[in-house]
Amino acid sequence: MAKRLDISDLNIYYSDFLAVEGVTMAIEPRSVTAFIGPSGCGKSTVIRSLNRMHEVIPGARIEGRIALDGEDLYGREVDPVRVRRQIGMVFQRPNPFPTMSIHANVIAGMRLNNKRMSKAAADEVVERSLRGANLWNEVKDRLNRPGSSLSGGQQQRLCIARAIAVQPDVLLMDEPCSALDPISTLAIEDLIGELKQEYTIVIVTHNMQQAARVSDQTAFFNLAGVGQPGKLIEMDATEKIFSNPSKKATEDYISGRFG
Amino acid sequence: MTRVQTPHGESADTASLRGPKLSHGKLPRFTPLAVFAGSLVAVGALFALLGSFSVPLTVFLGVILHAVVLLVLTQVVEGRRAAIDRLATTAMYSAFGLALIPLVSLLWTAVQEGLERFDGYFLSYTMRGVFGGMDAGGAYHAIIGTVEITLFATLISVPIGLLTAVYLVEYGPSRLGRAITFFVDVMTGIPSIVAGLFAYALFALFLGPGVRMGVVGSVALAVLMIPVVVRASEEMLKLVPNELREAAYALGVPKWLTIVKVVLRTAAAGIVTGVMLSIARVIGETAPLLITVGVADSVNYNLFDGRMMTLPVYVFRQYSQGLAPNGVTTINYDRAWAAALTLIIIVMLLFAVARLVSRFFSPKTGRR
Repeated sequence: MAKRLDISDLNIYYSDFLAVEGVTMAIEPRSVTAFIGPSGCGKSTVIRSLNRMHEVIPGARIEGRIALDGEDLYGREVDPVRVRRQIGMVFQRPNPFPTMSIHANVIAGMRLNNKRMSKAAADEVVERSLRGANLWNEVKDRLNRPGSSLSGGQQQRLCIARAIAVQPDVLLMDEPCSALDPISTLAIEDLIGELKQEYTIVIVTHNMQQAARVSDQTAFFNLAGVGQPGKLIEMDATEKIFSNPSKKATEDYISGRFG
Repeated sequence: MTRVQTPHGESADTASLRGPKLSHGKLPRFTPLAVFAGSLVAVGALFALLGSFSVPLTVFLGVILHAVVLLVLTQVVEGRRAAIDRLATTAMYSAFGLALIPLVSLLWTAVQEGLERFDGYFLSYTMRGVFGGMDAGGAYHAIIGTVEITLFATLISVPIGLLTAVYLVEYGPSRLGRAITFFVDVMTGIPSIVAGLFAYALFALFLGPGVRMGVVGSVALAVLMIPVVVRASEEMLKLVPNELREAAYALGVPKWLTIVKVVLRTAAAGIVTGVMLSIARVIGETAPLLITVGVADSVNYNLFDGRMMTLPVYVFRQYSQGLAPNGVTTINYDRAWAAALTLIIIVMLLFAVARLVSRFFSPKTGRR
């Protein structure tokens, strides 16, 4: 559990368009790494390339190396499906499977992969994951209700439960709170604080206070202009980024004097 | 357009745009109904007085009178925008009623004429040994033929059509995908008689000329069904949000399992409805079945051996025989109508089943 990610000289393309250029960073295990930066700077593109979700889009590809505990994720013999089983992902919009109950949504990772499990084992996974996502007390009496019957914040925590049910090494979160109200956001932020005991977490956020609250490391991305590739400007401990960043662009962005 | 003076001396048009008051006069809720009833009675009474009452003319002129009266009344009391709203409402209801007339009339005629001979006997006996105006004979053999041939056509076309749709949505768009879409569109326009000739020619290649059996008819119907199934399933698969596919991929689910267990499962309700529509499209086909399956007077359960009877062909055959020379002279017409009614009932049963199935499969919103 909880592995480290090393990214070196990462270039990401959409067909011929270079979207992100020259990213090199190390993501430590059992910590929260936040990606911040303006829209279109490639934060989401980078995080999607970390579990090979980027290549789902036709024409998308990468250059460079991403290693999970030293093992290249983009090696010739690496199966992207296996990568995604080890590196889970939570998306911007909550996306529980509409045809499934809450119970079935949590064990979807096993059930959809045709993994056979006893009723007792399934119930145990469901309870453990829902407890892990701080959702158990709210839904334990209605596990057979459809997942879409929950509120937006609950749905997002259901998606987190679904992601941690398969016990990944790394959990990627692409703006997990941007569609949620402040109370649900607080619940998710608390959850992130608990989850980092066991998982390596990478979170993309537009909310700089959120990055300051939840993360240990912060990476700032920026782009020179429309049509230019996004770049990693700097990455450092979160306190340093928000109090004494070494690059002027970072300071301008976090203090609101952007552009 | 008559202009109505408001108390402030402005015309209603300008007043409704920047009027000093937020409220305006309001007609009681039952006004449209009352005006409609009043118009009908007025027009009907007028015709009755003139001694030339007729229902269609009364309804037609009644609706027009209703529209005019309601327009003027609303304009005076509620203002111009509300009047136009009422006029549009009247137009829509009229269009709906107009569209309903052929449907209701068709059902009414089929039920009225069909009930003459539609009974348990008709459903359970064949035409074996029936001739002339004999007070006997049923459509059991035709029901069996129609059900078997249509089911087998579904069995052929659903896998092909569904897999094509999956390819187009999940693995396209490519040059091949665009070509397939083009040919599916072309296929939609194939006249059914051509599909019948194609199926006949195909089987005649292997089994020699003059081949007639149920499976040939199934192939002909499948040619007509496949494009409908492809189109309907394609639209349904496109409606599945991409987020669900990504959610499944992010859980480490391979693409094929994502398609089978998430995409198809989410779209199942719509796909079932589409398949049912395609069945309804072909179950009444006559020409291709006449060519490929022929006619028969007794039951043939075997799709792969010999002629079979089907309901549309049965209707055609009975009706084309005309009046019987002796006995019950109208028996052929009565049997034709009863078989037509049977066909309608089969299609309606199919749709009822489809509704149940799609309700069972459709994504749960959680509000029920």
